[in-house]
Amino acid sequence: MTSDPMQQFQIKEKAQLFEIFGQSISWTNSAFWMVVAAVLIVGFFALTTKRKLVPGKMQSLGELSYEFIANMVKDTTGAEAMKFMPFVFTLFFFILAANLIGMNPYAFTTTSHLAVTAAMAIFTICVVIVAGIWKNGFKWFKIFAPSGLPLPMYAIIIPIEIISFISRPITLAVRLFANMVAGHVMLKLFAIFAAYLAAKGGIFALGAIVPVLGTMAIVALEFLIAGLQAFVFAILTCVYLNDVYHVDH
Amino acid sequence: MAADTDKTYGAAEQAASGGLPQLDLSTWFNQIFWLALVFAALYFVIATFILPRLREGISERGDRISDDLDQASNMQRQAEEAEKSYNQALADARAKAMSVAEETKKSVDAEIAAEVETADATAERQAEVAEANISAIKSKALANIDAIAEDTASEVFARLIGKAPSAAAVRSAMLN
Repeated sequence: MTSDPMQQFQIKEKAQLFEIFGQSISWTNSAFWMVVAAVLIVGFFALTTKRKLVPGKMQSLGELSYEFIANMVKDTTGAEAMKFMPFVFTLFFFILAANLIGMNPYAFTTTSHLAVTAAMAIFTICVVIVAGIWKNGFKWFKIFAPSGLPLPMYAIIIPIEIISFISRPITLAVRLFANMVAGHVMLKLFAIFAAYLAAKGGIFALGAIVPVLGTMAIVALEFLIAGLQAFVFAILTCVYLNDVYHVDH
Repeated sequence: MAADTDKTYGAAEQAASGGLPQLDLSTWFNQIFWLALVFAALYFVIATFILPRLREGISERGDRISDDLDQASNMQRQAEEAEKSYNQALADARAKAMSVAEETKKSVDAEIAAEVETADATAERQAEVAEANISAIKSKALANIDAIAEDTASEVFARLIGKAPSAAAVRSAMLN
């Protein structure tokens, strides 16, 4: 074991597969854990869709998940946005599964990589832009110019609106990435410190109890953050999807 | 350990241990490729199989519950109607019983009145007959008194004068 807290984020190539656009595609630990996340989600929901009249525990969980996301979309965006519900549902459960998988020792946290979170964030914003223009035509760009302001104000408001719009994918990506990295680094640092103290022996070994307790507290906190960040990503997606339907805000 | 034999992906990583592996751009394309693949597949499965089945399960239950509620309210309405008709029948029967009693009473009264009337009539007729008899007997008796008086007078005269006066003389004397 190395004592480098960043080592856990390293992407390891298991097999080189093929090339697209001059880029080689490899089977990596990141890819493996993404597939595990997807398989776990599908497996979980396969158990929940028995369609019994009186739902069992698993079916209740499935229906609870459905209604959780459905209400999130309806409450933040509106009933007309329900066609985006599968997207929000997939986002939420993929991020949640990836985050929770990352809580297991030896597992890799795919969402701790900026490439993954940025891709998801940029894709989300692209969905908003494409759906917005698809639905409203070029009137959609009015979201950058709220109506009913004195003319000189637009010189300030439009750049602000554009900057805030551009900052959305950035914050979306960085928030999830930074939360995951910070939690895992902290966990690792506490664990390394505990191991270091224990290895010293004597009175120091007794002192190792403090970072162990810290580790336990952080584990609990990280489980909370795993769910919370998935929720935040999903609900912000809904908030941004609001711009598709409500151009005049 | 397996991790040690695995080739570390990304050139920068091998050079600078301790840097952020996340900022090694050489791994980005690969990650995004797998993310797109996995996410698209997951989206497909969720959108075509999982969500419709969950939605159907929920809406089926909703339908069933609203059906059951409808049925329950129907039954309640029927029960209310049955109660109403029962009350109606009860009231009818009571009214009927009362009218029957009243009618019976009325007919009995009428019968009694009729009987009393006939009895009265009979009594009256009998009284009349009796009265007629009495007056007949009375007049007869009065007539008899005259005859007796005449007889007695002519007898008295016969005794007194030894000669019986004529009946006409006696009658005219009596009338004076």
